[in-house]
Amino acid sequence: MSTEARADFFPSADWEGGALPYRVGHRKLGMWLFIVSDSLTFSALLIGYSYLRASNVWPTPFPFYPSIVFASVMTFCLLSSSLTMVFGVSASSKGDKAKARKWILATIFFGAAFVVLHLIEWNHLIHEGMRPFFLPEHWVQVFTTTDGVPPSPLFGATFFTITGLHMFHVATGVIYLAVVAARVKKLKHEDVEISGLYWHFVDLVWMFVFPLIYIMSVDVGGHLAGH
Amino acid sequence: MNAHAHADEHFAGSNKLFISIWVWLVVLTLLEIFLAYKPMSIHIMLTILIGLSVIKAALIVAYFMHLKFERLSLILTIVPMLVVCILLLFVFFPDSYRSIGLRYQFKEPKPVAPASVEEL
Repeated sequence: MSTEARADFFPSADWEGGALPYRVGHRKLGMWLFIVSDSLTFSALLIGYSYLRASNVWPTPFPFYPSIVFASVMTFCLLSSSLTMVFGVSASSKGDKAKARKWILATIFFGAAFVVLHLIEWNHLIHEGMRPFFLPEHWVQVFTTTDGVPPSPLFGATFFTITGLHMFHVATGVIYLAVVAARVKKLKHEDVEISGLYWHFVDLVWMFVFPLIYIMSVDVGGHLAGH
Repeated sequence: MNAHAHADEHFAGSNKLFISIWVWLVVLTLLEIFLAYKPMSIHIMLTILIGLSVIKAALIVAYFMHLKFERLSLILTIVPMLVVCILLLFVFFPDSYRSIGLRYQFKEPKPVAPASVEEL
């Protein structure tokens, strides 16, 4: 291997300062590292939830309406918000800041819709009697096993913690995007792209929360229907 | 050189590509909702749902978050260590299966799905 070929293969100059070894700016790299650490936060919460679920009798109380219908529409809102955000970033990369702003505003709309729908869905469950550390009385009756082991009261704790932290991320993202939309003409393209990274990450987390929290807790047999 | 700099700045991927990714994500979500009402054992259901979620997450990261079009060194810095760390958290599961046996004496096996599921 000639010296020149070696230099091609091991571009040591990348790591000697004055270059961007990953070909991304330091802010974008920072956002990626934040996303990695936040992924671990959500992974730990979801695995903690799975731990509790595997070591307890677990209720499966969610009816088709309102819970699953609301959660499905919310999923659709988040997926669509990701699409509008991609269009916004794409417009920004072509220098069309006005168009980028419109798409980011559409993203904010879908994000806000998600939060509102989720709060309505929380309200249904709270009215039903669900709390972080105990279950509604009729859920306990229905889901107690034939051996007399009651369902875990921690159902509410895991539900409110995980969906609550996710909702906090969505709400934070809406504020972040509002700032980006307001200042989009002053911002560099990469900064718009970074806000997009955060937004898609919030969408990505929901892709795990939705099946694990909602789909896995469907009242398939309609056990609660008569109560 | 100028053209090259422009290519770097350009956000790769057409709107058509992004719409098709969005369609895939919606279709996979509908599949998940459909599966929720199919009677099957919780372990098979969990495996399918996690599989679908990983596919959806990969589509979002690769195309929406643009990672597919980034430098390989960035991908290798971010992805493998995250996967390893998440898999390491699975070390807790044997304990969760042990602890339910310590606390409760089940005469029949622990119900893993509502009683109406016939195959159990």
